[in-house]
Amino acid sequence: MNDTNTELAITPADIVAAIKSATVEVFATMLNMQLEAGPMLTEKSVAAAPASGVVSLVGLAGSWAGTGSIACTGAFACKMASSFLLAEYDAMNDDVLDAVGEISNMIVGNVKTILEEKVGQMGLSTPTVIFGRNFQTRSSRNHEWIVVPFRMSDEHMFVQLSLAPNRDGERSTLRAGFQMPQVINF
Amino acid sequence: MLDILIVDDSAAIRKILQRVLRQTDIPIGNVFEAGDGKEALETLKTQPVGLILSDINMPNMSGLELLSAVKANEAWKNLPVVMVSTEGSQAKVLEAVELGAAGYVRKPFNADQIKEKLAALF
Repeated sequence: MNDTNTELAITPADIVAAIKSATVEVFATMLNMQLEAGPMLTEKSVAAAPASGVVSLVGLAGSWAGTGSIACTGAFACKMASSFLLAEYDAMNDDVLDAVGEISNMIVGNVKTILEEKVGQMGLSTPTVIFGRNFQTRSSRNHEWIVVPFRMSDEHMFVQLSLAPNRDGERSTLRAGFQMPQVINF
Repeated sequence: MLDILIVDDSAAIRKILQRVLRQTDIPIGNVFEAGDGKEALETLKTQPVGLILSDINMPNMSGLELLSAVKANEAWKNLPVVMVSTEGSQAKVLEAVELGAAGYVRKPFNADQIKEKLAALF
């Protein structure tokens, strides 16, 4: 969050509540999975991610702009895809990556809908899904990430959002399906 | 038999909707798929359908642009188009309705929500 603003349209608590609500709803409705949310974390500049696994990034742009993402291990991604598609996946493949992308799209999309009531309309990018080992993601601008960890049995997933007032103070072009810049360090 | 066109850039959602459609009481014929609005319009030129289920946020051509194109075409203007999207704001739903959407289902959805929408239309 941009700490230099004296009046913030949204607070970290607003973002955490939106993330929890959206994530629990998506997993309960479409995956029939019950997740438990842990306490909020914050990460400066660099998003939390497992040492190896899957990250799916979705961009947001409007009078506020930023990035939402979900991050988990490859094993949990396979479990998510199996529940989502009612098929068995025990290794990463295109179906699993697509499933993770769509799940992140629904979570960040619903977070967007909740937050839009306070910050106005935002556009949503198409998801970018990355699978690999030992990588970090960071926003191209120096903003803090709000991170909400979720747990199901022994598996963990992070849902995180970096969002701040648009630097130029003008509404960005809200073209559906836009691509946004990200820096990924391997 | 009802032929249907599913339009979504997510292959996973297209698979899920295919499965849900086969579970309804409505006799389903051919189910075609398209990854965006442009592909959907190309499909419609050669494959007549009785219903379109479309996402909104897609590359190349959005679902609302597709809806506008369908309603502007004399051959397709009476074709029901149901939006299936993460966009849940009142403004977006109203925009879809004003453009002529026959229904709106927000993602995440369960099978019963899709079945109810179809039952209301057919």
